[in-house]
Amino acid sequence: MPDLVDVVTTSAAKEKKNKLTIIAWSGDLDKIWPTLILSTTAAASAMESCVFFTFWGLFTLVKPGVRITGDHWMQKMLSVMNPGNTDKAKLSKLNFAGAGPMMMKKLAATNKAPNPTELLELAQEMGVRLIPCQMTMDLLGLTTDDLIDGLEEPVGAATALLEMNDSSIQLFI
Amino acid sequence: MADTVTTLDVRNQSCPLPIVRAAQKIKELETGDVLEILATDRGALSDVPSWCDTTGNQLLEKGEEDGVFRFLVRKG
Repeated sequence: MPDLVDVVTTSAAKEKKNKLTIIAWSGDLDKIWPTLILSTTAAASAMESCVFFTFWGLFTLVKPGVRITGDHWMQKMLSVMNPGNTDKAKLSKLNFAGAGPMMMKKLAATNKAPNPTELLELAQEMGVRLIPCQMTMDLLGLTTDDLIDGLEEPVGAATALLEMNDSSIQLFI
Repeated sequence: MADTVTTLDVRNQSCPLPIVRAAQKIKELETGDVLEILATDRGALSDVPSWCDTTGNQLLEKGEEDGVFRFLVRKG
C-alpha cells in the first residue's frame, strides 16, 4: 500500500516545466502553420518547445523532392497520393487543387508573414525540438533518409507522453 | 535611461517574426540593457507585453506614432 501511495504521489507531483509540447497529427497546411508559429514563439519566449510529428503530420518533415517512399505497394501508392514536405501541404478547406494554398502563401508573402517552409527553418534555428514518430515511419515506410536534417531520433508514444507530462502546455493539432 | 539602447526594426513584419527577432536580438544584450522595438504588426501591441511577461524582461514603454508601435524593453 505505501508503495502505491508513493507511486501516485510521485506521478501527480511531477513538476511542470515552462514547456510546450505539440502533437502534430495533421499535415494540413492550416494546422501545421499555427503549430509552427506557436512552437517557434514558445522557443522565442524562453520556453522549452517540442513538436512530436505523427500520422499525417509526419509528412511535413519529408525532404523536398522525395517522392515515392516505402517498400510495400500500398506505402508507395500512399506517398504518391500524399506528397510530403511543407510545400505540398493542402488546406483542410478551400484547397481547390492547390490554388488555395498558393493564394494563402501569396497573401502571407504580401503581409511579410513567414510561410510554413520558412517557419520550419526558423523553428530549427530557434532550437525547437522536432521529433518524428517511429511507428508512423514504419507504417508509412519512411526512413530517416526521407526526412529533413536536424530532427531528433524517432521515438514512440511513451516518450511523447513523457514530454507532455512535464509540459505546462500540451496541444494536439 | 540605461546606458545602452539597441534598436530592432521589425516594421512590416508579421507574426511571429517580431517576437522571434526580438528574442534573437535580446540574447546579444547584457542584463539591464534596453531594446527598442519598432513594429507595425498590430498584434505586437499585445504580443510584446505578453512576451515580456513570459521571459521576465521588463516593458518600460509602449507607444504609437504614425502607425509605428514603439516598445522599450529592459533585459531581465
